[in-house]
Amino acid sequence: MGHLSYEEQKKLVIKGLKILGAITIIEVLLALLFNGHIISSFHKDHMSDSQMVTMALVGIYGLVMISLSLYKARFIVYNFMHLGSEVSGLRWSVLMPMLLLVWAIIAFFQEGNSWKKSREKIKKMNTEQIDSPQHSSSYLEYDEETSKILI
Amino acid sequence: MSSEATAVHAHGHDTDEHLWDGGTPPFKASYGKLMMWYFLLTDAFTFAGFLIAYGALRFSSPIWPVPDVVFEKIPFFPEVKAPLVFVTFMTFVLIASSVTMVRAVQEGQRENKNGVVFWMFLTILGGATFLSCQAWEWKTLIVDEHTTIHTNPFSAHTEAGHFLEDAHGHPYEAGATAETFREGDGYLIHQDHETGEWIQRAYETESGTKGRLQFGPKAFGALFFFITGFHGFHVFSGVCFLLIIMLNAASGTYVKRKNGYEMVEKIGLYWHFVDLVWVFVFLVFYLL
Repeated sequence: MGHLSYEEQKKLVIKGLKILGAITIIEVLLALLFNGHIISSFHKDHMSDSQMVTMALVGIYGLVMISLSLYKARFIVYNFMHLGSEVSGLRWSVLMPMLLLVWAIIAFFQEGNSWKKSREKIKKMNTEQIDSPQHSSSYLEYDEETSKILI
Repeated sequence: MSSEATAVHAHGHDTDEHLWDGGTPPFKASYGKLMMWYFLLTDAFTFAGFLIAYGALRFSSPIWPVPDVVFEKIPFFPEVKAPLVFVTFMTFVLIASSVTMVRAVQEGQRENKNGVVFWMFLTILGGATFLSCQAWEWKTLIVDEHTTIHTNPFSAHTEAGHFLEDAHGHPYEAGATAETFREGDGYLIHQDHETGEWIQRAYETESGTKGRLQFGPKAFGALFFFITGFHGFHVFSGVCFLLIIMLNAASGTYVKRKNGYEMVEKIGLYWHFVDLVWVFVFLVFYLL
């Protein structure tokens, strides 16, 4: 920023306002278009072709939304907080630790998905027992993994 | 030796072997600014922890409330459905206050006291407006729609179908057209104004299953109020510090320091960070 003239700095501010505002409007329009279907459309048991297309669209939609937000974040950090003008040591000591979040996001979302599968399994087993009382001993047939969940 | 180090520092060669020998700040930032950066780094991890917890719980749930339905109210027009309009306005207010903060820092670097005070004042106005909007949003959710940290009347249909009862929970009269819904449509379970009872309307899906509207994932309310509350608390403390620093600037405290209003730059970093966090809170709660 030091090498920019005062007039250039003022222009950069207006540019920032326009870019952040425009991206926010695009994001909101996309969100309204997709009507919040993102997570609920995942993990269909029986997938027809049209559902495959839906899932692909939902995936692309999610990626686009996240990319747009990351771009906004980058714009704020580099142009408003001037991290780009700091020396590289400072810059990387702030940015590098953030990479840990990549692991955290993958690990915990995977974990959340696994909870969901466990719940669905238990729900399914419960309905089976109610529907067919003659197989009331069927819990003995549960595999080892399922028994752990029940405990 | 010391004159050599000073000369290197002045020319900005940070690869010099004497850089870490002491006497010059290797990161070319003051202690206060450096520590503000590292505080923001830790704060980013705190927020990331909350948002990842939100993501994990959301992934663990087969259904989730649809933001377009949860956030469709606007002030003064209680009957109008305007999905995401109010929260988009809130986002613009925060972006605008970030922009005015950049202007305050720029005026500080030019040692322009009046400019600093003027732009900081606008920033404070923006922060206060955002907080007022958030207060209204919380009031709507808690008082009008009865969402609390342990009750969540918002959810979504997992299958297409039609209702068997009208909006007041009475069976449809003969000849009335039943209201239909699609898979993934969001809904809100209303409370009867007089009795305070929940109206869980009966429905029938396309596959013939009958049921009543069920409450949504219980964690939603707690996650929403805790995370937006924690962000709102950051905005609130930001407004307090901005106010203190604006008054200091107005009284000439920073003129004597002759360091280009560095205090304004530091609170500016914090304020942009609050805007930065909102980008992600906005993404996960209101857009996805």
